[in-house]
Amino acid sequence: MNNKRRSFIKSSAAAGAFGVAVGAGLIAPRAVLAAWPKAAFEAKEVNAAVQGAFGSSAMAESSDITLKAPEIAENGAVVPITVTSKIPNTESISLLISENPTPLTATFHLGSNTEGFVSTRVKMSKTSDVVAVVKSGDKLFSTKLTVKVTIGGCGG
Amino acid sequence: MAKSSIKVRAKVKKGTTTVKALISHAMETGMRKNKKTGKNFPAHFIQEVTCSHNGTNVMTADWGTAISKNPYLSFKFNGAKSGDTLKVSWVDNKGESDSAEAKIK
Repeated sequence: MNNKRRSFIKSSAAAGAFGVAVGAGLIAPRAVLAAWPKAAFEAKEVNAAVQGAFGSSAMAESSDITLKAPEIAENGAVVPITVTSKIPNTESISLLISENPTPLTATFHLGSNTEGFVSTRVKMSKTSDVVAVVKSGDKLFSTKLTVKVTIGGCGG
Repeated sequence: MAKSSIKVRAKVKKGTTTVKALISHAMETGMRKNKKTGKNFPAHFIQEVTCSHNGTNVMTADWGTAISKNPYLSFKFNGAKSGDTLKVSWVDNKGESDSAEAKIK
């Protein structure tokens, strides 16, 4: 019984606003969603999505970001993408797919000890540029790569 | 509790912990058509994933509909040691959520 109480305290004391949101998840799961940038995720083009997510769409091309994705994806429903950022103080990594109905795919907010590395799998509707946007301080850096898709990931 | 929807592995090597997680979730975009009814399947996707190490948040991800079905996620962070606890949780657009804990190896 003590154990349970302890883990509950631990989970409610989880650091930061998100920790609190997770701890409170049992009581009010809706509260968490307030942080989700709805406008950015519903934006229909890359610049509008970046504007919505970061408040600015001024991005500098950077060679310090490595975007790893297949040149040709046979199945657009599962495209593995890995982003590595060597930019110091990388705060977040976002993925955008310019030809998708809504380009913004994901934003990973990294903690202070977290390395500039994320890997995930995305859906792509057709051949498109994949753009990785890294936020460091007030600046945005980006890099892009074209992925050819032979079978789209949307529709069914 | 039902079987967790999350599989987490975390391994520490030279001070850097690599986390790999697989979540089982439909990740419905809301644009796929149901051929029987002619209507679109309603959107049902994970919006937020949080990962914490010993109670400290190390990564929060906001996800859109374009993340693949049964999402895979991997990232790295520093400062953890073997035996520490890593917690991964998600919330989707219907307010459903799940979480899982793993010991870092």
